[in-house]
Amino acid sequence: MSAARVLATAVRVLRQLRHDPRTLAMLFVVAPALLALMRGILNSDATTFARVGAPMIGLFPLTLMFLITSITMLRERTTGTLERLMSLPIAKADLLFGYAVAFAVVAAAQATVTGLVGFELLGITTAGPAWTIVALAIGNALLGMSLGLFTSAFARSEFQAIQFMPALLFPQILLSGLLVPRALMPSGLQAVSDVLPVSYAYDGLARVTSDQIGSRLAIDVAVVTCCILGFLALAAATLRRRTA
Amino acid sequence: MAGRPDDPAVRIANLVCVRGDHRALDDVTVDLRRGVVTGLLGPSGCGKSTLMRAIVGVQIVQSGDVTVLGLPAGARELRRRVAYVTQAPSVYLDLTVDENLRYFAALVGAPAARVGDAVALVGLEAELGRRAQDLSGGERSRASLAVALLGAPELLVLDEPTVGVDPILRRELWDTFHRLAQGGTTILISSHVMDEAGRCHDLVLMRDGGLVAAGTPDELRARAGAEDLEEAFVRLAEAG
Repeated sequence: MSAARVLATAVRVLRQLRHDPRTLAMLFVVAPALLALMRGILNSDATTFARVGAPMIGLFPLTLMFLITSITMLRERTTGTLERLMSLPIAKADLLFGYAVAFAVVAAAQATVTGLVGFELLGITTAGPAWTIVALAIGNALLGMSLGLFTSAFARSEFQAIQFMPALLFPQILLSGLLVPRALMPSGLQAVSDVLPVSYAYDGLARVTSDQIGSRLAIDVAVVTCCILGFLALAAATLRRRTA
Repeated sequence: MAGRPDDPAVRIANLVCVRGDHRALDDVTVDLRRGVVTGLLGPSGCGKSTLMRAIVGVQIVQSGDVTVLGLPAGARELRRRVAYVTQAPSVYLDLTVDENLRYFAALVGAPAARVGDAVALVGLEAELGRRAQDLSGGERSRASLAVALLGAPELLVLDEPTVGVDPILRRELWDTFHRLAQGGTTILISSHVMDEAGRCHDLVLMRDGGLVAAGTPDELRARAGAEDLEEAFVRLAEAG
């Protein structure tokens, strides 16, 4: 692995995003707007908004980065740039970590903007320090990114890549505890949610929101970190130097 | 390690590649000389691209040997010494020509000054600030060619690089290829257009995944007893 190639790849991915105003709008306008919408529809249910507001700030990057990474990686495959990269002196890790650095930077900016809107304008409060929500959001963005890098290998078109969102991501968010606390779910669904990465992403955010920071939060972070590394390893396995 | 100067740049022995359910390459044996432009000619689907992919080391091969610059094809060390341009755009369409070149220059460890040199070689100086998606097909393939020239490779493998390029520019590109070859670069160029064959030092003629003939244009004309290279191709193919 080479720091120069990781950095060059990160800069390249960031430049691609800069050339795409719609994606920037989705990151920095649509996400805060959805949060404000949530505040509006829960106007008469302040307790629910207090429970889900901060976790939503930390879960937006997960879905957005999943979407952006899936499409960006699919384009690498279909336009021939991936095949070119695989014939150049670049390690697979250079490519994957280049993506990770770029999306961590974007996630930090994105979660900060959404956080400022949430904490300053919409009155969201957390028992734990607000910056931990942003920090967890960066981790969640990397979780979405690593999953997107992996699943894009199984899509042949951008439409197919997007289909993984309702198929793989939405069920995880429904089961994560965001809508209904996991303890209130039937035991069968609880068992399923116990093995899904997004459940731990949500749990970490919920703990910060209700000030249960401690060893359990560390476990949530550790599980999410292991999932990121696992999906990155799977994504690396889909990058082939030789093809049929 | 690099092999003696008079060794062939590429040695291919009994190469068999299967793509899908057919033999894309069926027992191909051929050598490519160093420092010359070799034209790889044949109809679409005859296995030209598969042969190029095997030389670059991105093709899964069933059997046979491919040795490139004294090393097995696809060896890690060759990624710096061999450059490959496919028919796909192979540049980032949402980036400018300049941004594309600077990224790939960083990856191959080429100094920033090489970006200007490579762009000048393909005549794209005026398009540096334009995004690849806004370029014409010919300009885009030249941008892709410029990327390949960044690392000053010893072997340049080009899959139909002159498709969609206007005649004046096409001549300039061929002049560039000849200059590079004079400087010691080995170049393999595929084409399905016979009028480019006469510009090559050596020719490799292919049909249906097999080798029809290989040699200099004059050798092939003499062997077939035909002045016209297209006619020579037909006669050699029919002779089997």
